[in-house]
Amino acid sequence: MSGKGTSDEVVISIRGLVNAFGNTIIHDHIDLDVMKGEVMGVVGGSGAGKSVLLRSIIGLNRPQSGSIKVFGQETADIESENLKGLQLRWGVLFQGGALFSSQTVAQNIQVPMRRWTRMSQELMDELTAMKLSMVGLPADTALKFPSELSGGMTKRAGLARALALDPELLFLDEPTSGLDPISASLFDALLKELQQSLGLTVFMVTHDLDSLRATTDRIAVLVNKKIKVGTLKTLMTDPDPWIHEYFAGTRGRAALNA
Amino acid sequence: MRNLTPTVVVASPATLRVQDQGRVLKLTAGGDWIVAEAPKLEGLLKDMRLGDAKEAEVDGSTIDHLDSAGAWLLVRTKRLLESGGRKVTKFVVPERYSSLVDSIEHGDIAATAGMHPPRPSIEQFLERIGRATFTALRQAYDLTGFLGRVTVETSEAIVAPRRELPFPALIHQIEETGLTALPIVGMLAFLLGIVLAYQGADQLKRFNAQIYTIDFLGVGFLRELGGLVTAIIVAGRSGSAFTAQIGTMRVNEETDAMQTIGLNIAEILVVPRVLGLMIALPILTFFADVVGIIGGMVMTYINLGITIPAFMRELEGAITLKTLMVGLVKAPVFAFVIALVGCFEGMRVERNAASVGQLTTRSVVESIFLIIALDAGFSVLFSVLGI
Repeated sequence: MSGKGTSDEVVISIRGLVNAFGNTIIHDHIDLDVMKGEVMGVVGGSGAGKSVLLRSIIGLNRPQSGSIKVFGQETADIESENLKGLQLRWGVLFQGGALFSSQTVAQNIQVPMRRWTRMSQELMDELTAMKLSMVGLPADTALKFPSELSGGMTKRAGLARALALDPELLFLDEPTSGLDPISASLFDALLKELQQSLGLTVFMVTHDLDSLRATTDRIAVLVNKKIKVGTLKTLMTDPDPWIHEYFAGTRGRAALNA
Repeated sequence: MRNLTPTVVVASPATLRVQDQGRVLKLTAGGDWIVAEAPKLEGLLKDMRLGDAKEAEVDGSTIDHLDSAGAWLLVRTKRLLESGGRKVTKFVVPERYSSLVDSIEHGDIAATAGMHPPRPSIEQFLERIGRATFTALRQAYDLTGFLGRVTVETSEAIVAPRRELPFPALIHQIEETGLTALPIVGMLAFLLGIVLAYQGADQLKRFNAQIYTIDFLGVGFLRELGGLVTAIIVAGRSGSAFTAQIGTMRVNEETDAMQTIGLNIAEILVVPRVLGLMIALPILTFFADVVGIIGGMVMTYINLGITIPAFMRELEGAITLKTLMVGLVKAPVFAFVIALVGCFEGMRVERNAASVGQLTTRSVVESIFLIIALDAGFSVLFSVLGI
């Protein structure tokens, strides 16, 4: 919780992960380590299995074989008892926000607090107001229902819920998709700021090259059912044609030279 | 309620020491000031004796771990001290957490009053009733408008088709709403025939008039029950399906896409469903009539020992073709109402998944209500006409 910057403590450790749907193999013996305090970006073509990888790590998708450890605990089955400690140490922002539609934003943010702590309502309200301010939402958002929020506000509210218990590890599934470029870069700045002040480890699936440049320490590329990890610099000179096209194509160059 | 307490192990429990040194109130925080410790810290801070010192010091330099919840508690304590007229001369946290504390201290954290919706009151209750009444009236108005549109589109499609009738779609609808409903309709009609025959025989036995069970069964089933039960099953089965299908297309923006391409939504989505159901439901009703009578026949044989030829002779005397037709003539009307309501509610779906479910439920309730109301209307009409 204290460390800033990358240390050599492994937070997520994936070994020999195989995921397949029917006869289609998505991941073919993948290995990946995410270190404490780093921002790991995950990219890949449509259908390359980015979201499947994220869902496997947080235990929503049972892999064919292989081992996934988060904080040293196996997450293959979310029902298992030993996951309970983990749910308090991680926060997940789903692609569409996944706010509970029958509850206000404030109630949404308080769901994890109610589940895991016994704070007074007063303190929970104060912490909720603080989280809203941290993610840059106006205070009156607290009373609104998810259906009354715009796309960008929904993502921010989802982030506030993910941060409700000050997790050490944050999972983000395409946090900037569907946001306009200004909101997206504000989101990047916000993420970087939170990551630095709270010392978070972040695992982020994204397609947004600006976001990758602005926030990530390392990038994992899912290509040909395998994974390739590197920094932006090393990946730009990678011989793989898909990776080359991704980072050195017109869009890539424009974003990365900016 | 299982395992409510956090299972995270707190490395070093949070501590708070309060020293009232007369002139200065000294608070010393240590250990892990994290969210898992927040309930405990909240209690400690609440019970803290503030005394009447004019100055205060908050020393958090021995804090091991700090997260935003802990930082907020520190900032809040500082504010509490200041609001009591004390001067906070010292406010220290470990260097690595100073940016976190800074951002919380200077963040725009609004007052939390009004974070919860007000408790429901009698005024709100009355307001809701008023709103619901107006919504219902508005809905009736809109449904009437839709009725007009569908009537025009449907009769145009039959009398003066702009294009060839979409026969594949029509056949598909007849299959979906008619053919695949045969097992459930048949099953229920058969059981209903058994129940009617059993109850009828039981009552008529007292007058030694068991044979009239057959008249009761034939007239009751053909005129009323066969058509009503079939229509209700189809409303639950196909009316809901219409709403869900069209509603899903609304959510996916398919209907919007059709409109931009210049396709007529009513012609493509509504007309085949209306016509298809108007063809399928009378056939289903006839099927239900036949199976229901067979159910009654089985029961009268078991219960009263009436043989099949005897049953047939009695039935022939009890019913005429008119009895059957009175039941069947209502079926296309019911079909029209079910399809109309199903499509109407489907078109009203907004672009979110929750509204599909809501309107599907409403569609079934509305069409069943309308079917029973119409059936009552038919009864009055037929008795006035002397049929």
